[in-house]
Amino acid sequence: MALLDIRQRTGWLFMAVVIGHIVLISAQVNSRRGVPILEEVIFGAFAEVQRATAEVIGNVREGWQNYFALQQIRRENEDLKQRMAQLEIRMQTERAQAQQTRTLQELLSLSETIAPPTAAANVIGASADAYFRTMSIDKGTMDGLRQDMAVVAPAGVVGRIILPVKRAAKVQLLIDRNAAAAALIERSRAQGVVLGTGTGTLTMAYLPGSADIKVGDRVVTSGIDGIYPKGFVIGQIESVPRGGESSGIVIKPAVDFSSLEAVLIVTGPPPASDGTTDQAR
Amino acid sequence: MKFAGAFIAIALALALQTTLTRFVAEGTGAVDVVLVAVVYVALTTGPVGGMLSGTIAGLIQDTLSSGVIGIGSLAKTLVGFLVGAFGQQFIVTATLPRLVMFVAATALHAAVFMGLYVALGLQVFSSPWKAIGSQAAVNAVIGLVSFAVIESLPGALERRRTRRRR
Repeated sequence: MALLDIRQRTGWLFMAVVIGHIVLISAQVNSRRGVPILEEVIFGAFAEVQRATAEVIGNVREGWQNYFALQQIRRENEDLKQRMAQLEIRMQTERAQAQQTRTLQELLSLSETIAPPTAAANVIGASADAYFRTMSIDKGTMDGLRQDMAVVAPAGVVGRIILPVKRAAKVQLLIDRNAAAAALIERSRAQGVVLGTGTGTLTMAYLPGSADIKVGDRVVTSGIDGIYPKGFVIGQIESVPRGGESSGIVIKPAVDFSSLEAVLIVTGPPPASDGTTDQAR
Repeated sequence: MKFAGAFIAIALALALQTTLTRFVAEGTGAVDVVLVAVVYVALTTGPVGGMLSGTIAGLIQDTLSSGVIGIGSLAKTLVGFLVGAFGQQFIVTATLPRLVMFVAATALHAAVFMGLYVALGLQVFSSPWKAIGSQAAVNAVIGLVSFAVIESLPGALERRRTRRRR
């Protein structure tokens, strides 16, 4: 029986495990094919654990909010009522402005910008690793999600789907050190690429040397990478290196990645605007 | 029984790392609860338990991140094996030796993990010393507190039982 006891053969077992790891790493580093099957199977299985844990934590949080935090909710309710009243006034002004814009658009024969179709999903888990920034969502291929679909939040761009399985998907956050998005500076229209740093900030590269960049400029997606639709907010320029060099520009993301609970997935390109619609009106 | 406890510790650490730490502002970068669990398992079960828990926990962590599967796992396997072997040779039950183990395990893990990425030309880590230092400190605190809580549990339960009998 001693032959079967792995504790008697620790050194051999250790060597076998290390060699197994080296083979596993080599297979991935050399391969240029799609997603490894092992990754898909383990992610699919653990996504269910994450879903269950997220549900338990969600229920506990909901219970806390419903039964113990009523006072805070009452205060929030008062604040929200006040804010709603202010927003209603603002909405009336903006409705008038929108009408004015529509009239001008018609005059200039410009096509209307139509928002791309999206699907909502809940965040069920974050990255299990300290060095990469990913998260898991509770929608997958069963809900029509595919690899490389853009993930956004009301505040701006979140990331892209890198591994969809049946009932869940892994999202690479824009702040991940392997993430990138084609972008432009809203004010000067200078185009470049926004890169994740692995920390909480982003950086912008490949900008033309003559680009006009200022601290506080808003950075939006340019849409030329074929993943992120045009015009979604990425963040705001936090610092520009001395001399205005394009490398080393730091961007503060518009999205607070630590408090994301629900996201939207852009499930298709924006519907083509129909020229006959305007004529029919 | 020890292996069942090890399995529970790893599963709990993975659930904590992936679920609760996303509410922390700096994401999961400041702490590696899974590494703490691997070190705990290695110190309580030995090199085989440490190595296997490192492999399993590392593989799951790798598949949940966007990196190469196997690099984090290899780092945790090495840490689990070495900590387990060290724990069998020396007495590591006092606070200071345990603190040293947690700090050394975090440093070794970071060195293997980042070293492999740099050697394979997949990543560049610019001045990671501050991040490793803070992670080692947080991991050590969490590890020491976990040890203290787990070790005081049987005594506390026994005292409670005695009080009830009276």
